[in-house]
Amino acid sequence: MNLPATRQDQNYLFDTQSISAWGLLRLREQLENGLPLAPRPYLTLAERTGLTEQQVMQAVSQWQQQGLIKRLGLVVKHRTLGYRANAMAVWNVPDDRVSELGKALAASPVVTLCYQRPRRLPDWPYNLFCMIHGIDRNRVQSQLQKLVHEHRLEDIPHAVLFSNKAYLQRGGRYVSDR
Amino acid sequence: MSATAEQHRHSEVPNFTPVERAIINRLQTGLPLTRTPYKDVAEEIGITEQDLLGHLKALLANGTLTRFGPMFHAGEMGGGLTLAAMRIPEHDFERVTEQVNRFDEVAHNYRREHELNMWFVLATETPEAIADTISRIEDLTGSPVYNMPKEQEFHVHLHFPI
Repeated sequence: MNLPATRQDQNYLFDTQSISAWGLLRLREQLENGLPLAPRPYLTLAERTGLTEQQVMQAVSQWQQQGLIKRLGLVVKHRTLGYRANAMAVWNVPDDRVSELGKALAASPVVTLCYQRPRRLPDWPYNLFCMIHGIDRNRVQSQLQKLVHEHRLEDIPHAVLFSNKAYLQRGGRYVSDR
Repeated sequence: MSATAEQHRHSEVPNFTPVERAIINRLQTGLPLTRTPYKDVAEEIGITEQDLLGHLKALLANGTLTRFGPMFHAGEMGGGLTLAAMRIPEHDFERVTEQVNRFDEVAHNYRREHELNMWFVLATETPEAIADTISRIEDLTGSPVYNMPKEQEFHVHLHFPI
C-alpha cells in the first residue's frame, strides 16, 4: 500500500501528525463499504479508524491523486437506472494509431470504458475495446454508427458484442473480503 | 387502470422524481472533498442536507445504488486484474458458467453474442495469481481461456444521465 510521501523522514516518536499505516488500512476497509451517510462523513471515518478528520481527508485526496480512488461519488448500477443494453465494441486498429483513436473514442460521452488490450490471433484480431451502456440496442447501434462516422473508422474492422445475460456481478472488494 | 398497466409494461425504466434525478445526475460527477460534502451538494441542488441524506439512504435501500462513496481502481491496488474470454459450445454453456462462477476470482461474467461467448473479469490478490487462476479454469472446464489484460487505459468521464 502506498503511504503518503509526508510519512517519510519524520520523527515518529513525537510527531502526532504522521498517519499510521494501520489507520490507513482500516480506512481503506471502511471506505470499501462506502462513505458514511452522516453530516461529517470524514469525522465518522476518523472515529472508526483512529485517524483525525484531517488525516482521513488527506489520505482520500492522495489516493485520488494517485489514481487509486477512481472517483468519489455515486457508484451506480447502470441497469437500475434504465441502461439495459450493454455493448462491447472492438476494433482492429493499427498499433501506431491505438493511442490516438483510444483517446478520441474515450472522449465520447457514450463510451463508458476504453482500453487497449492484446490481440489473440488467429481467433481475436481486435486490440481496442470500448464499452457502451445504453437505454436499448437500437439506440446503442445508432450511437456506434455515429462514432464510426465521426472518427472515420469505416475502414477499420470492428465487431459489436452485445451481452445478453449478466451471470454474475460481484463488486470488486479487495481488502475486507479477502 | 390503463395508466398502471402502462407503467407496469415499462417497469424496466424506473420512474425517478425530479429531486432523485438531480441527486443522481449531480453525484455522478463526484463529491467535493470538504468536511461537509453532503451539505455543500444539497445547497447546490437546492434541497436540505437532511433531504439529500434521506434520498441517498432510500436509493441504497431500494437497490438503485449498491454503495455510495469512493470507487477504488482495482488495477492500481497491487492485485491482478484481467478480462478473459472463452468459446463454449451452446449445449455446454450452463455447465461451464456454473464452473467458472464458482471461482472467487471471477468478478463479472457476461454472455456475449460472438463466437467467444463467455466474457469475465478476473480479480486476484497478486498479479501472479492470474495465470494460475486461468490454468485452473482451463483444467476444470477443458476449454482454453483467452487472457486479455489491459495494456492502456483511456480516460472516460463516466456518466449515466437520467
